[in-house]
Amino acid sequence: MGKESGYLDMELLRFTTAGSVDDGKSTLIGRLLYDSKAIFDDQMDAIEKASERAGNEDVNLALLTDGLKAEREQGITIDVAYRYFATPKRKFIIADTPGHIQYTRNMVTGASTANMALILVDARHGVLEQTLRHAYIASLLQIPHIIVCVNKMDLVDYSEEYFEKIKNDLEDVSSKLSVKDVRYVPISALKGDNVVDRSNNMDWYQGPTLMYLLENIHIGSDINTEDFRFPVQYVVRPQSKDFPDYRGYAGRIASGKVSVGDKVTVLPSGFSSVIKSIDLYKDTYKRAVAPQSVTITLEDDIDISRGDMLVGDVKTPKVGQDIDVMICWFNEKNLVPRGKYVIRHTSTEARCLVKEVNFKMNINTLEKEPVDKEIKMNDVARISIRTTKPLFYDSYNRNRTTGSLILIDEATNETVATGMIV
Amino acid sequence: MDTIQINHLRELEAESIFVIREVAAQFENPVMLFSGGKDSIVMFHLAMKAFWPAKIPFPMMHIDTGHNFQETLDYRDRLMSETGTKLIVASVQESIDQGRVTEEKGVNASRNKLQTTTLLDAIESNKFDAAMGGGRRDEEKARAKERFFSHRDEFGQWDPKNQRPELWNLFNGRKHMGEHFRVFPISNWTEMDVWQYIYMEQIDLPSLYFTHKRKVFNRDGVWMAIAPYMQLKPNEVIEEREVRCRTIGDITCTGLSLSMANTLEEIIHEVASTRTTERGGRADDKRSESAMEDRKKEGYF
Repeated sequence: MGKESGYLDMELLRFTTAGSVDDGKSTLIGRLLYDSKAIFDDQMDAIEKASERAGNEDVNLALLTDGLKAEREQGITIDVAYRYFATPKRKFIIADTPGHIQYTRNMVTGASTANMALILVDARHGVLEQTLRHAYIASLLQIPHIIVCVNKMDLVDYSEEYFEKIKNDLEDVSSKLSVKDVRYVPISALKGDNVVDRSNNMDWYQGPTLMYLLENIHIGSDINTEDFRFPVQYVVRPQSKDFPDYRGYAGRIASGKVSVGDKVTVLPSGFSSVIKSIDLYKDTYKRAVAPQSVTITLEDDIDISRGDMLVGDVKTPKVGQDIDVMICWFNEKNLVPRGKYVIRHTSTEARCLVKEVNFKMNINTLEKEPVDKEIKMNDVARISIRTTKPLFYDSYNRNRTTGSLILIDEATNETVATGMIV
Repeated sequence: MDTIQINHLRELEAESIFVIREVAAQFENPVMLFSGGKDSIVMFHLAMKAFWPAKIPFPMMHIDTGHNFQETLDYRDRLMSETGTKLIVASVQESIDQGRVTEEKGVNASRNKLQTTTLLDAIESNKFDAAMGGGRRDEEKARAKERFFSHRDEFGQWDPKNQRPELWNLFNGRKHMGEHFRVFPISNWTEMDVWQYIYMEQIDLPSLYFTHKRKVFNRDGVWMAIAPYMQLKPNEVIEEREVRCRTIGDITCTGLSLSMANTLEEIIHEVASTRTTERGGRADDKRSESAMEDRKKEGYF
């Protein structure tokens, strides 16, 4: 059964697409799904019928991604929609997000788990405010790879100049942002040029197609493989006849790797111990890596509970209560200066006080603005907080798991902001 | 360079186990819904992995329409007794007897929609604060926008336009009295992932998923199993066919596929080449374009 074992070797790639109705994003996603046979006949039937009812001339592939009734009625995407397709090499999870400024929070949500961002630019219009915003969010959320798809090349006669102009303009921008890997592909999502198949209309472009990049960009080192961080999620104590003394620490390895026999430090107590076993059900591992979920036992009997963290002894996380954070505000109620919020970070929950708002980022011009106004929904700002207990953290640039947090309103329990530790 | 890569099934597994453990840690009285279908069987298997060598620290709950395939019930009871897991059965028949719901009438009568009341009543009477379900985002367009942790108000309702943002793996399970959460640990799995995982882990399934001879009839292009409470239309004929289930639900709305697939490998090949979604055979979704969204808003799975 070669086919099954082939499938079992696939990698998982999560990417996000941001864009508005007009830049061809839905068409591009529709094409990726359609060309990879992820759209089934009954789904196609359903959207054909819906297109007819809505009076669309062609089958409207956007209906595939607009799942909620309100969205179909208004012809807009409101929320993050998750889509799935697979090729023989990789399984893909698309976080499809709306691109308008009032949906910045959705873009941030989609970007938080992505290895890759697709940014669509309409070849006719060039780099717009919206393009800068998408590039900034990708860099703020530290998405490791960005592919700029210069779309609608068919409408500019497949002209190299249009493509080069956009590329040059964006290279200026990305040099100011901390983006590591940016690629540019001239495409026509509608006609299929350079999406899955190589275009015959652009001999001047010798680079890879979009699908080639999706399938082949190296993602193995996206995750921090050096610093071992293991936030304890749950303590497993069977107290059964077969396992009377078993005491295991369940969690998901946030970064790095760990082997049986490794010396680890427990935070916050500071005690050291040695890894005795790494278990998952009836399997025991000699070594485990991020992002595996495992249960770890230690040689020594130490009091450890949820919210504690096992770390390697080479580069340990920072421990502190005064933390600077870049936030994106998510709630209709503005940030309250000097306000108190619940904070969730790895497997810990605490409370925090907003000590100061340092500056607000204009995400259209990428300029820092002094804070004379309020921080409201979709704003990006840098704030200083003080937490009720010490957090064990790394900077977000170094570690997307131990560097991220959310703020929760104590009265409504809503998630009101996301934070990237500076 | 020291690069690390685990395959996509192991990554999905790790994510789902993380979610299940998070539920056990954040909630006081969670429950896992178990229908006996392949998705809930995979979810059960993941829960076993999450807490081993301890037992699963929460009960399973079956919303029983009374219209079951016997094979599913046998499988369910065997699995629970072998693993020492507590099972709660919430009965739609009881909800009908108590007058909480009224049975649908006509040839397409189904207890599918009635399950919502039974489910919400059972959540309330058992004081469950989180109910895990095997829903997947690839199943249906309204599910594509569902969160892992999905907040429900005191009436059990879902408000799709006011969902909590969900970032990284930081799940916010805070709630007020009387509210609860629906949690979907296998949100990111596709039908193919589920089958491949069952194959990789060699998970035992009810025999219904493999080909067998059964008395069936064809309704609107879908093959249905014959059962005492199914009413036939005049033009519908009972015949014996080689069929298998692609999904297992209530017998009145589970379509069967004509299939000779008898091993997991053969099923995987069949899934890879098929051109309709698995819910294409589910009569409950065909009622209107937003049938699933409407049911979910009321508190359906």
